[in-house]
Amino acid sequence: MSKTLFDKIWERHVVKTIENGPDVLYIDKHLIHEVTSPQAFEGLKQRNLPVFRPQNVVATPDHNVPTIDQHLPIRDELSRLQVKKLTENCEANNITLYGLNSPNQGIVHIIGPELGITQPGMTIVCGDSHTATHGAFGTIAFGIGTSEVEMALATQCLLQYKPKRMRINVDGQLKKGVRSKDIILYIISKLTASGGTGYFVEYAGSAISSLSMEARMTICNMSIEMGARGGLIAPDEKTFEYVKSREYAPKGEAFEKAVEYWRTLKSDEDAVFDKEYTFDAADIEPMITYGTNPGMGMRITDHIPENEPNKKALEYMGLKEGEQLLGKEINYVFIGSCTNARIEDLREVASILKGHKKAPNVNVYIVPGSKQVEKQAIAEGLDKIFKEAGFQLRQPGCSACLAMNDDKVPKGQYCVSTSNRNFEGRQGPGSRTFLVSPATAAATAISGTISDVRELI
Amino acid sequence: MEKFITLESTCVPLQVEDIDTDQIIPARFLKATNKEGFGDNLFCDWRYNENGDPRENFILNDPTYSGRILVAGKNFGCGSSREHAAWALTGYGFKAVVSSFFADIFKNNALNNGLLPVQVSEEFLQKIFKAVKANPAEKIFIDLKNQTIKILSTNESEQFDINNYKKICLMNGQDDIDYLLSIKNDIEAFEKERTSF
Repeated sequence: MSKTLFDKIWERHVVKTIENGPDVLYIDKHLIHEVTSPQAFEGLKQRNLPVFRPQNVVATPDHNVPTIDQHLPIRDELSRLQVKKLTENCEANNITLYGLNSPNQGIVHIIGPELGITQPGMTIVCGDSHTATHGAFGTIAFGIGTSEVEMALATQCLLQYKPKRMRINVDGQLKKGVRSKDIILYIISKLTASGGTGYFVEYAGSAISSLSMEARMTICNMSIEMGARGGLIAPDEKTFEYVKSREYAPKGEAFEKAVEYWRTLKSDEDAVFDKEYTFDAADIEPMITYGTNPGMGMRITDHIPENEPNKKALEYMGLKEGEQLLGKEINYVFIGSCTNARIEDLREVASILKGHKKAPNVNVYIVPGSKQVEKQAIAEGLDKIFKEAGFQLRQPGCSACLAMNDDKVPKGQYCVSTSNRNFEGRQGPGSRTFLVSPATAAATAISGTISDVRELI
Repeated sequence: MEKFITLESTCVPLQVEDIDTDQIIPARFLKATNKEGFGDNLFCDWRYNENGDPRENFILNDPTYSGRILVAGKNFGCGSSREHAAWALTGYGFKAVVSSFFADIFKNNALNNGLLPVQVSEEFLQKIFKAVKANPAEKIFIDLKNQTIKILSTNESEQFDINNYKKICLMNGQDDIDYLLSIKNDIEAFEKERTSF
């Protein structure tokens, strides 16, 4: 019987199936961070259980860490305690930890691919809903809760019902100024914030395969924003090339053998999906959200649609139906997060900035996704471009995406953000978020008002 | 985990759709290393103003409504995977959440904490809202074994879905780890037999 890519990977990981119940799914890699793991380790302690396969677990602190002065002790007591707990739990259980002083620290979904931990055909979980990012490599990767973190630590397995399968095809050539972030914001605006619930999505089509690995990660990253458990893309030569020679990747003959298997990871020609959508890349333009969930998105040149359920959101955002966002004055620009803080994102911002400065009314935070991204940016001289433009290049972490640390947008202020969520208060109590691509964020930082990047390139 | 068999209670109607886990428990409260105390900050930014005073118009601050069942608009629990959202709801005292649609990860997290997500039709959800608004003392009866939910004064009821495995876990107060530990030999055998990943 013909199978989807998702089926092929899933089936290879089923330890057993409970009659009328879920599958026992084996997990290849389990990534952990400081915020959703402490209670799981506590649970193990209470049950007097060891970590079953510590070699399959990798840890890094990212959610609550400060993005300045990372060499100093963390000032916030509770954050410091969480990071300390993570360190202690990793030491006690022989788990590899990339701590704040490590050259490999960073946002967990950025360091996974960067270190070659993420490889095609794997199952990957993490106590974070953006784990879907790793799906860009043709993996089944999804976010889990802390009880499930505990299960995975205790047994390297999870009990999971197999989700339904959806395929989203984006065919054709992308127009000028349209980036992968625009593709996914466009898809979510069409499917709504719950349109993918119950599904695991495969992204396909010529516009998807034309993207770089980093751009593909941006697409898969936001699968959860339409409710999907995860999203994946069939691996290809670009994928193999990206993984090759990274720290955790198989080497030499083992790599060749792995590639041989990885080449089989694609949906069969006649594989059947429970739902399928096809979009034309030519219909996609630079996108922006106007409301308080990522499904409330529109073309940057559009007027806010009239729609009854939007009323509460628009009141929170201080916006009106029919209003155009282009030209609207904003206060903050945040360039960062597991969605858009990789080196290509930073390069893109720099290329748009060249010769320009930020507008005086705007605070700009640019937060690299990892120490490696930061190092590379400095090696390429991007830091100088950011400095000349008046941007603050900060140190790696989740930062103002969820505002657990001090990087917050004040109440009532507008932030144009490359992150993934525009929920009420997401970037700080009372903050108002517009989600965009890094290119749009850069153009907006320069003018101080929401801008169409196509006018700058 | 506490067993769940039946529940009869008044309820708190929160007629808002797409309630995300950032609203249920804002990220700045996720810095704890245990599961205690999250109930105090449940719906914090809707419940309190910036000075920490209760907002009068928010349902949890309205003494008219109370109970162990939260009734909320569709797509409840979307967004982040934080299990702290489930801990905040149980910490506050809720035993069940009724909605016409739940986000996947939230649903799992709730079930893993003995908090029953009851998915009803949009029509029945509106009936509950109407009944509770008309009479805040209205009681709802949830019967997990028979998978039914009933508005007691009108006797209107509906069947709800729950997967059989989770149902048995909840009724016995067992969690997934107990089961997974019992099949450790199978897991080890699987590891030995698999060729690559």
